[in-house]
Amino acid sequence: MSRASDHKPHGSYIAYVVGFILSIVLTLAAYFAALNHWFSGRGLLLFVTGLAVVQLLVQLLFFLHLGEERGPRWNLMTFLFAGLVVFIVVIGSLWIMYNLDYNMTHTPEELDRIMIEDDGVIRHDEHHE
Amino acid sequence: MSHHSDTAIHHTEVDERTTFGFWAYLMTDLVLFATLFATYAVLHNNTFGGPSASELFGMPFVLTETMILLTSSFTVGLAMLAIHRQKKTQALVWFALTFLLGAAFLGMELYEFRHLVHEGHSWRASGFLTAFFSLVGTHGLHIATGLLWMGVMMYKVIKLGITGNNIRRLTMLSLFWHFLDIVWIFIFTFVYLMGAAV
Repeated sequence: MSRASDHKPHGSYIAYVVGFILSIVLTLAAYFAALNHWFSGRGLLLFVTGLAVVQLLVQLLFFLHLGEERGPRWNLMTFLFAGLVVFIVVIGSLWIMYNLDYNMTHTPEELDRIMIEDDGVIRHDEHHE
Repeated sequence: MSHHSDTAIHHTEVDERTTFGFWAYLMTDLVLFATLFATYAVLHNNTFGGPSASELFGMPFVLTETMILLTSSFTVGLAMLAIHRQKKTQALVWFALTFLLGAAFLGMELYEFRHLVHEGHSWRASGFLTAFFSLVGTHGLHIATGLLWMGVMMYKVIKLGITGNNIRRLTMLSLFWHFLDIVWIFIFTFVYLMGAAV
């Protein structure tokens, strides 16, 4: 993929073909991994998530030419910042809602029992009459 | 070789700034999709006694949709290569193919939505379905907008040719289209594949 004379990234035929083939392979791998249960539970989630992230990188490089940017790489920087925001929004929401679910769907008595029995939290009885 | 001596106009700083501005918009759109993904992730088990993702979605159907959109992301790239080589007819053929693939994808998505609503699984049925229709529907709305934009641009290329202005607009359109394909990869993975596997 030599493009020494190009002033601005807009890719080459080879780059699009390679990106396209890689994307198809990654999509099919994820599809059959999920439907034929190549892994179980968490392993499968990690595997298909990994494939999606690889495909994201493939398309950023081969379709959006993010690797060919010159000078101050503003496109890359804004992308990384957006990625950070996406991470905080998605992971943060799941984290908060999980804890909310944990704390709100039990009666206070059940919650006391769970905290003592499951999480090993020790009750300080001086707080309770 | 330099294949755009006659289109030096599209290398101006203004064009690059415009394209960067559009890229910045895409990044904010990414954050919009992130909020919808987060909502779906939180609500996907809240089926209110109704069927869950694994019982609702036909996987070969969704794989076909995915392949169609992926192919359209490839053909829009080929269209842009033709544009940069000043090959008008070739570019229009690739754009027309991209448009048809995009329309096929949108048609399949609307068919799926209609089917779900007819079976009584509309967005009103549960928190899970509200989140599903919001996420996938927002993506579909973007695809519909992209198709409208592509139609207008094909008309402009036919009327005015491959001018500097048209190249700048088409560059942004192709970015938009690739971006929508990337968003779909994550919908395919997190909504459909994980829904089917669990």
